Amino acid sequence: MHDPWPLAKKRRTLALRARIVGELRRFFAARDYLEIETPCLIPAPAPEFHIDTLACEGWFLQPSPELCMKRLLAAGYDRIFQICRCFRKGERGARHLPEFTMLEWYRREADYRDLMTECEDLLIEAAAALGYGDVVTYQGEPLRLGKPWERLTVAEAFARFAPLPVAEALAGDCFDELLAIHVEPRLGRGRPTFLCDYPLPLASLARGKRGEAAVAERCELYIAGIELANAFTELAEEREQRRRFAREEEARRRAGKPHYPSPDKFLESLTDLGDAAGIALGVDRLVMILADAPDIDAVTAFTPETL
Amino acid sequence: MYTASDLRKNLRIKIDDEPYVVTEFNFTKPGKGQALYRCKLKNMISGSQFERTFRSVDVFEPADLQEKKMQYLYDQEGKYCFMDNETYEQVLLSEDQVGDARNYLIENIEVEILLFEDRPLGVSLPNFVDFIVTKAEPWARGDSVSGNTKPVTVQTGYVLQVPPFIEEGEKIRVDTRTGEYLTRVKD
Repeated sequence: MHDPWPLAKKRRTLALRARIVGELRRFFAARDYLEIETPCLIPAPAPEFHIDTLACEGWFLQPSPELCMKRLLAAGYDRIFQICRCFRKGERGARHLPEFTMLEWYRREADYRDLMTECEDLLIEAAAALGYGDVVTYQGEPLRLGKPWERLTVAEAFARFAPLPVAEALAGDCFDELLAIHVEPRLGRGRPTFLCDYPLPLASLARGKRGEAAVAERCELYIAGIELANAFTELAEEREQRRRFAREEEARRRAGKPHYPSPDKFLESLTDLGDAAGIALGVDRLVMILADAPDIDAVTAFTPETL
Repeated sequence: MYTASDLRKNLRIKIDDEPYVVTEFNFTKPGKGQALYRCKLKNMISGSQFERTFRSVDVFEPADLQEKKMQYLYDQEGKYCFMDNETYEQVLLSEDQVGDARNYLIENIEVEILLFEDRPLGVSLPNFVDFIVTKAEPWARGDSVSGNTKPVTVQTGYVLQVPPFIEEGEKIRVDTRTGEYLTRVKD
């Protein structure tokens, strides 16, 4: 039952998508970032309890290019970025595709606050170049992109929006539910919000915040209740990273999840990482917001169901 | 057995021995957190609704429903009448029991009536239904690849977005699972 319409109707949106990606590249080129490609097929993903990878011939499709990007940083590359496909098993919904496009960028001699600022600049400049002006309307909601964007800590957000404070949410094993049901929908309304300083156990690749126990230098960008980007100051200690990976591996093992080989080359490179930071931004979701699309299907040419 | 990843709108599951239908469904996964399956569930017997968020590890039994092939006859004062073509038995479903399916009930359409302990409680549609467009603005030529859509009304009163070249009187096929236009049907 062939009909060209389901593909043909996306043309305007896909043209906008191509222009958005072009603006992203232009931004990084102007700031001396090197565009790098790293393999999608990897032998050893970072073990994370809640991220399931797709296996392929004994290796794995990358859920993120993070490990390779950090090895490049450790080898002295100062500023690198990549726009690539990432793969995550079992993630399908109005904002999720099991295969999606991520923009990741990394800097030496920087922390997560530097990347938050750069992310603001990226989106503001891209929107301006595409002719949006100061306000983007998403599903009827006007969003002011002008600085300053809201910055809220996880503790503050839970205190304000959730029925339990963070500590009790973690202890009661309902942090994710409270975040998804009570907190996320209230973030990035009217203007973008950075949700900052996640509890340390929820940021296994991030550096702990100096002077604040049990909090990580990790933040997430929300626009109109949609999670758009995840940034952190990188953990640069091999022993600590091994310890955290072991904890995640153990949790995966107890849940019957597949074992991953240890990413030793990545772990050994951490001693050369120094003060570095990285950020991952969902390109499809960025296009959703700028194209005013209600779901992720509208901004990609094909979904698994239409193949 | 269903797992959480089977959850979707219109799935029918058993909770405390009673049949429930998923009326709304949302998959969400807060960054680096666990997958959450947010559902609105309606008790097919009492009609009462509640919301629940499930996790990946949750499992569900299918609702204990029997299916009976019946033909839609008509609706009157909020009651929808279906007939078994072999026994000529007729059943009535309320508007609440029919739910969104009422958008797709064209004359004589064959459906599955869902019964719980011999009580008709719901209706299950075929995946595709062909409609006649009863109301549409005329097509401004030259608009076929712009990606614009326009709303049209079909004979049940259902309004949906279609390509701009679809005109009144034409037949279109709609996917009942998404409510979306699939293709033009040429007789």
